[in-house]
Amino acid sequence: MNTLELDVDDRAIVNRLQDGLPLVPHPYASVAAELGLSEAELIERLVRLRDTGVLSRFGPMYHAERLGGGLTLAALVVPEADYERVAEILDGFPEVAHNYRREHQLNMWFVLATETAERIPEVVAELEAATGLAVFNMPKEREFHVRLHLAV
Amino acid sequence: MSDFIWPSEEGGSKRLDAQDRAIVLATQAGLPLVSDPWGAVGEQVNMSGEEVLARMQAMLERGVIRRIAAVPNHYRLGYVANGMTVWDVADVDVERLGREIAAIEGVSHCYQRPRHRPHWPYNLFAMLHGRTREDVERQAQVLRACLGEACHGHRILYSSRILKKTGLRLATANPQTASTETDAQG
Repeated sequence: MNTLELDVDDRAIVNRLQDGLPLVPHPYASVAAELGLSEAELIERLVRLRDTGVLSRFGPMYHAERLGGGLTLAALVVPEADYERVAEILDGFPEVAHNYRREHQLNMWFVLATETAERIPEVVAELEAATGLAVFNMPKEREFHVRLHLAV
Repeated sequence: MSDFIWPSEEGGSKRLDAQDRAIVLATQAGLPLVSDPWGAVGEQVNMSGEEVLARMQAMLERGVIRRIAAVPNHYRLGYVANGMTVWDVADVDVERLGREIAAIEGVSHCYQRPRHRPHWPYNLFAMLHGRTREDVERQAQVLRACLGEACHGHRILYSSRILKKTGLRLATANPQTASTETDAQG
């Protein structure tokens, strides 16, 4: 299923539910009523959207730091000849949640997520030891906005 | 914007009790898609649906839960150009301007982060999403105009390859990291 196969009700559901489910006893019935659908139809469509990968997830978005965890964005300057080797090393670290190649001198960008905030500097040191490269650690100093909304 | 979270406020809500932790664990992969999702979670954690709902409402109020929502797959919705825009903004202006650009349509995540001179002079990050790179570049021009003379340089870094994307789920007895909203850093 690609975007073109989303009908008008699917689009309304994706747009509406990026804004959040109300915390009421029957939340899907409540959203279904807003959209002019039955509860059963909304749930059936949501299951399909999730199972076909249009939605990567449906559920609570947790605030990692407020759960006591550590979270940071970091980058490496990886020589091209070493790129695959370093990517494999990072792949082996469970604390590396996402890793992307980006086109810049800093060419490998990753998110570290740890059980405790104290673990971040330890994992940074472990990554530096394992790769032989300096980690550019860029933890957020201020958060201005976190709200992904992609209109369809 | 209702999503401002200042560093000084962080840490005030770290302590979750055992029941809250059980709910976090039971829902980190997602909320059940059934008529009574709170009751379905309650069955997994030995609580009533009412108690699950009340605890999730309290976690939402404390900001432990940002919201309960659908997370779309960017690529599947046609948003194939995901640009991390980075800006070198005068330190005295970054707090005010960060707030301003965060309010611009299309900015999903916006953070102040440390510079690493000389390699990395940029201290303000804003994620933009478009169907084409031209869309992202148009949005970046709007941000550039907003930042004005306080901006000494900027770049757009597109992700050209996903090397790893496991999300932030840890199935452990001590669920201190869970699905959070860093996804769009990609």
